[in-house]
Amino acid sequence: MGLSIAVCLKPVPDPAHYDKIKIDPVKKTVVREGIPTILNPCDKHALEAALQLRGPEGTVTVISMAPPNAEETLREALAMGADAAVLLTDRAFAGADTWATSYTLAAGLKKAGHFDVIFTGTESADGATTQVPAQLAEWLGWPHLWNAVAIEQTGETQLKVKTKAESEWSDYQVSLPCLLAMSRESNKPRLTSLMGVMKAKKKPLTVWCRPDLDVDDAALGMQGSPTQPGAIFEPEMGRKGTLLGGDADEIAVQLIGKLRSAGIAIETGDVCAPGGGGI
Amino acid sequence: MQFFQFTEEQDMLRKAVREFVEAEVASKAKEWDENDVCPVELWPMMGELGLCGVFVPEEYGGAGLGHTERAIVLEEISRHSAGLGIALMTHHLGTAAILYYGTEEQKKKYLPDLCSGKKVGGLSVTEPSGGSDFMGQKSTGELKDGSWVLNGRKCFITNSHIADVDVWTVITGQDEKGRPVMTAFIIDGDAEGHAPGRKEHKLGLRGSVTGDVVCNNVKVAPSQMLQKEGAGAKIAMTTIQEVGRAGMSAICVGILRGCVEEAVKFSSERILYGKPLNKIQAIQMMIAENRVEYEAAKLLTYRATGMKDAGLPCATEFAIAKYYSTEASVRCAKRTMDSMGGYGIVNEYPVGRFLRDGLASIPSGGTSQVQLLITAGATISGK
Repeated sequence: MGLSIAVCLKPVPDPAHYDKIKIDPVKKTVVREGIPTILNPCDKHALEAALQLRGPEGTVTVISMAPPNAEETLREALAMGADAAVLLTDRAFAGADTWATSYTLAAGLKKAGHFDVIFTGTESADGATTQVPAQLAEWLGWPHLWNAVAIEQTGETQLKVKTKAESEWSDYQVSLPCLLAMSRESNKPRLTSLMGVMKAKKKPLTVWCRPDLDVDDAALGMQGSPTQPGAIFEPEMGRKGTLLGGDADEIAVQLIGKLRSAGIAIETGDVCAPGGGGI
Repeated sequence: MQFFQFTEEQDMLRKAVREFVEAEVASKAKEWDENDVCPVELWPMMGELGLCGVFVPEEYGGAGLGHTERAIVLEEISRHSAGLGIALMTHHLGTAAILYYGTEEQKKKYLPDLCSGKKVGGLSVTEPSGGSDFMGQKSTGELKDGSWVLNGRKCFITNSHIADVDVWTVITGQDEKGRPVMTAFIIDGDAEGHAPGRKEHKLGLRGSVTGDVVCNNVKVAPSQMLQKEGAGAKIAMTTIQEVGRAGMSAICVGILRGCVEEAVKFSSERILYGKPLNKIQAIQMMIAENRVEYEAAKLLTYRATGMKDAGLPCATEFAIAKYYSTEASVRCAKRTMDSMGGYGIVNEYPVGRFLRDGLASIPSGGTSQVQLLITAGATISGK
């Protein structure tokens, strides 16, 4: 019997377009319009770990709580090798903090069936709270480990897991079912083949909305989120300019004085001739 | 009329190829160009990803896709390395000749290894007497004691020094009107007497190997002949017209996209007169002209590949696409260099390589004048 594995995935704004990201000052959320999304880089390591652990008879189901266009991200995961996908999407889920997100994901996973292992990334590239893996495991009542760097199946219901905390490593024997948040150091995610892309369109992708889940409305989305962003401001990036007066020699003396007073060591020596070697 | 749009699968496929290119090609393209080496070690990985046999049916180990998907693959690779692009393109030429004209036995023997990237393919047609003087080839094939004995020298052959499976055209006799009879054979790269010769030191498309291939009394079994005696001209011409020129067009679409992206990147980062270069209208005109030529080349190329996938005659469309894309890549690379001032000629930036690659793309698969002759002929005859 192979393992039944689930992997939680999150579509995030493409880091290559971070310079275009804006924050809505009223809603205090990221404005994602016009920013391409990608599969959260950490989650790729979770998916790779799942595909390696799956075995010939196992299954890997990917699941995401996200807007409807996350189907594209889930198809990418199917193209990488996952067997099935579940998308939890509803306006009622919008604005969720990590608490409401993990609650909704737990409900989706319970409905999706029995799993032996759930993999997540350690964090998302946009929120980077690192909270969802532990919260999700708590909702499920499962043991969990964060920042796993190596996994080995040592028995039908046992895994040996190595985790890393700063410069230290720890070895664990974990009973299934369990949740593991995979480190970026754990593996090198596989590249997607063209054959994988073509197979992906034939694999099942299920979409569940609010009515499909056994959940409490009060625990969903923004209203179910105990944490709310406080004040949001953009750092002041403007430069302070000072105009120095006098002729060139006087300005040079003033400039050196200011640099020295700022703690910058200036050595006096030969003075370079002005001009450059442009072509 | 439908507007031009790739399918969702084609968009996903492009993204998958781009991931491969960003991981394995982008950072190494400059080194391959400088050292003029072809990264043959990438073939097994490209095979595993389906790039080596993209248009080959799954039953022979391919990805089972079409020539539009092949063009996407070549465009994405050539965005960063047109040298690797033409090496893979030529691998596809040898593969296509066997796929479209081989017997079932030949397909089963050669295609799985070509698709998996275990073997590199090639097509040797051009001779010192010229590539466009197609029927003036001097290489010969004689039937002796039940085997064909091949002799001759091919030149300007991409993959000359790395091909494990080489499709050759030779003259095997004359027809009743005294015209040369051209025949195509599949030669195993390690066949006795088959060897690479001089390696060219090229201006552009470095990162691919181009040179001579020699056959010196190479014995091949009749079962290595593609189709029948006399079919060589059709095999070589259709493969070059509809696979070779398609490939060169797609490679230059990749170079053109590189020009657009590099021009935008540089002009956004370079500050002049206290503002980014892209705020200056003269620079904006250059970026816009790059974009227009990239879009035009893309439309011409993918229209032709769409026709090929639909089984429509498309030799003229590929000639037009090849002519436009290759010439436009040179114009855009030169324009991008101009927009960068002195930085344009610094090899730290890839634009100089784009210019050299664009120039080297023009004679590959027939010069621009040959493409214009084909286009003129078709236009005058109402095709």
